[in-house]
Amino acid sequence: MSNISRRKLITTGLAIAAGASGIAVAAKVAQHHGLIPPDAGGLYGPGETLTYAAQRLLARHSLAREFSPSEISKNPFANEVDPLGGEFKRFQAAGFVDWRVTVDGMAARPTSFSLAELRSFPTSTQITMIGCEEGWTYIAEWTGVPLAYILERVGALPQVRYVVYRSIQPDWWESIDMADALHPQTLLTLRMNGSELPVPFGGPVRVRVPRQLGYKNVKYITRLTLTDNLKPFGKGLGGASPDGGYAWYAGI
Amino acid sequence: MNASLPIADRSARELSSSATAVPAARQKRHPALVRVTHWITTVAFLALLLSGGEIVLSHPRFYWGETGNVNTHPWLNLHLPSSRDTVPTGYGYVLPDQNGWSRYLHFQAAWLAVGTGLFYVLFGLFAGHFRRNLFPAASDFSMKELGGSLVRHLRFERPGKEEAWSYNVLQRLTYLLLIFVLFPLMIWTGLAMSFGFTSEFPLAVRLLGGQQTARSLHFLVTILLVLFLLIHVLMVVLAGFRNRMRAMITGRVTPPTE
Repeated sequence: MSNISRRKLITTGLAIAAGASGIAVAAKVAQHHGLIPPDAGGLYGPGETLTYAAQRLLARHSLAREFSPSEISKNPFANEVDPLGGEFKRFQAAGFVDWRVTVDGMAARPTSFSLAELRSFPTSTQITMIGCEEGWTYIAEWTGVPLAYILERVGALPQVRYVVYRSIQPDWWESIDMADALHPQTLLTLRMNGSELPVPFGGPVRVRVPRQLGYKNVKYITRLTLTDNLKPFGKGLGGASPDGGYAWYAGI
Repeated sequence: MNASLPIADRSARELSSSATAVPAARQKRHPALVRVTHWITTVAFLALLLSGGEIVLSHPRFYWGETGNVNTHPWLNLHLPSSRDTVPTGYGYVLPDQNGWSRYLHFQAAWLAVGTGLFYVLFGLFAGHFRRNLFPAASDFSMKELGGSLVRHLRFERPGKEEAWSYNVLQRLTYLLLIFVLFPLMIWTGLAMSFGFTSEFPLAVRLLGGQQTARSLHFLVTILLVLFLLIHVLMVVLAGFRNRMRAMITGRVTPPTE
């Protein structure tokens, strides 16, 4: 073996070892600081992790852009949902008086809130844009109970890392990390443009996460589950979207 | 053979018998970093183009300003079939939804392209690549030089042999436009569509004139990039496909013998 190839072999070996241990250490640190998304495995894991980690490092507390009342869209588009089930229609026929949002999981005081209770809680109003992953957008005024208030009210345990939220519609659920769950603009939305939230737009209760795309803003919310681990839910990827091939993190 | 002998010397010796004497320092047409970043960028660009095209099919309409959706009037309707039945296309069918993997691939390829581009720009700045190979000389800016180069291009003339070793002035200006204007615009307009990004940097989208304007510009610059790709490949074919490809893969060229 000549000098040059031996030197090359040794330096290449060292570089690979250093690179591999560097990546392993970086992954450990990233995991510890919650910078690895639940769908980080697989072919697109590296890109997904870079996007999520970069946005969490650069923009953990930033506020989604807010707009002036004159910018509210005159022609918002509700998008279509699967045909509403019989259970929903019974609630709707009764004016949603019996609609409840159950909060369970890692909470000191798991609670089921009626719609009337939710309406009596302190609310926050924002004029923000909702954008679909398809590319279209509209701006509306949204009023709702900050999710952070609900978490405080049920006594969310310190080890909670994700909030899983579910629609009354079958197989429609998503989850967010605490950066978004405790974010002041994340709402259990009850009103839109000064009226009760219309059914096509998610009424009576819709999650609003304005720093993420529309598909994370699940309609017809009935249940929140606080957890430190997304593995037991669905395929363990953190939502119906990643189960169906879409990214869990939708801040891009 | 002495292992420390520089590669250029070695190739100079090999080539010393050939008809054209070329300075030893120029035996290598493209440095390794330019070649590697060129092909990584090619792969990333094709992935971005394919996935971007698939994403556009889910809403093949474009708007100006902040908002736009099927209830508002587009400035551009591509009149393509769509992967969503909510889009009025006039076609009687809906394409299969490809947005899941398309979006995953788009952003992964974007990271690859941006990372590669960063390497390339640092190399270009500090290793003198931009100064030596891309910035045109002051004398290139005369009407005669520019006009002459333009006419030669429009006549599809094969490049002279001196161009085997360097870029002509139009080529330099085109690459500079690509590297310092179009690619940065692509990154900017892309990031301006990210809700996470604009929450931290709202000016990124405000300066452009809104979310939908960013999307429209992203699409328009894509057209310019595709146009560049087509002309680029056409020019490579005209200049001698095998030799130019060899130069960009192995770094070496067969010196012109005519």
